[in-house]
Amino acid sequence: MKPMSVVVRSVFCVFGWFVLVFGAYVIVHGHLTPGGGFQGGAVFATFFAALMASLGEGAFGESVSSRFLSTVESLGLLLFWLLGLLGMGRTFFHNFLAGSGSILFGGSVPVGPNEGALATGGTVALMNLSVGMEVVAGLTLITVYMALARLVVPDGGERGHDR
Amino acid sequence: MRVSRAFQLLSLFLLGGLMLAGLGGLRPFGEPADSRMDDYFIAHAQAERATNNVVTSIVFDYRGFDTLGEAAVLFTAVCSVLALFRGGVRG
Amino acid sequence: MTGSMPYVAVAVLFLCGLYMVLFEHNLFKIALGITVMEASANLFLVVLGYRSGGGIPVYTLASREAMVLPTPQALTLTAIVIGLATTALLLSLVVWAYRHYGTLDIQQIRRLRG
Repeated sequence: MKPMSVVVRSVFCVFGWFVLVFGAYVIVHGHLTPGGGFQGGAVFATFFAALMASLGEGAFGESVSSRFLSTVESLGLLLFWLLGLLGMGRTFFHNFLAGSGSILFGGSVPVGPNEGALATGGTVALMNLSVGMEVVAGLTLITVYMALARLVVPDGGERGHDR
Repeated sequence: MRVSRAFQLLSLFLLGGLMLAGLGGLRPFGEPADSRMDDYFIAHAQAERATNNVVTSIVFDYRGFDTLGEAAVLFTAVCSVLALFRGGVRG
Repeated sequence: MTGSMPYVAVAVLFLCGLYMVLFEHNLFKIALGITVMEASANLFLVVLGYRSGGGIPVYTLASREAMVLPTPQALTLTAIVIGLATTALLLSLVVWAYRHYGTLDIQQIRRLRG
């Protein structure tokens, strides 16, 4: 993919960071507002897709390597499974941090409508972060590899398929 | 060629008519059949699991095992795409 | 009849996806038709869980007491992610078919060559 025009590049360089912040906000506040790991991870990964579309495919290889993304994705899945295993005292996926008062998201919630406090949720908040890591790295890897596959596929001149 | 295309479209419309006629057997929109499990989830999600978002507590806590399978499916899909495009891509 | 408009929308969306799968000759558009049919199935799941006069099942700054059923929404999340995985693999296979045959027209990809 060749880089797009200067208008597209400048708009992306100014406004792309808001997409990152919004994606991180949706991931972190998954236990208070609608959202969570999967939704916020998809929003976060659109930053990398827009980066490849507007700045060309070479711009991505300089910033993040695919081995780092593979490591992050595997780490996210392992952390999710480990959080389920840690509650094995009673059952698999037992929420052992909810309302226990520990420093890691351990607060308790008053019953009924209220303003949300961030330090609640227990293992749900930690699972949001781990699944968010996995979805971001996975979707970015898929986008990068499918875009770079254009280099190895010969251009047979497919133009204007109507049917 | 035109006759067979007309016949294909007609059979598609017939399928559409059958699907729309089957809507009469559904319950009226807005009245779920049985909601005892969901009423338990709505009533007890804040007291037991300390989350304000009932949907997230169902996805990650009450039904966390399904989410483990779903994360594994996403991981497998990423591995399969990487394996298919391994030949000519470097880095 | 107007009370069940969401179900009519689900049926129309499913038929559009089915038309794309059956009547299009481009491999890419067939893959897109499968995606549209998956979208109609997800819409049907969400529509099934509606309760009249209910708000979203979130307690943060909630304004209504009654809530819609949260379980179909949780199942739809899983279904969307699995649909994404299926679409990614389907499109990768379309790229491989183009690399092998040189064309995307299904009326010219007839024989299964070695």
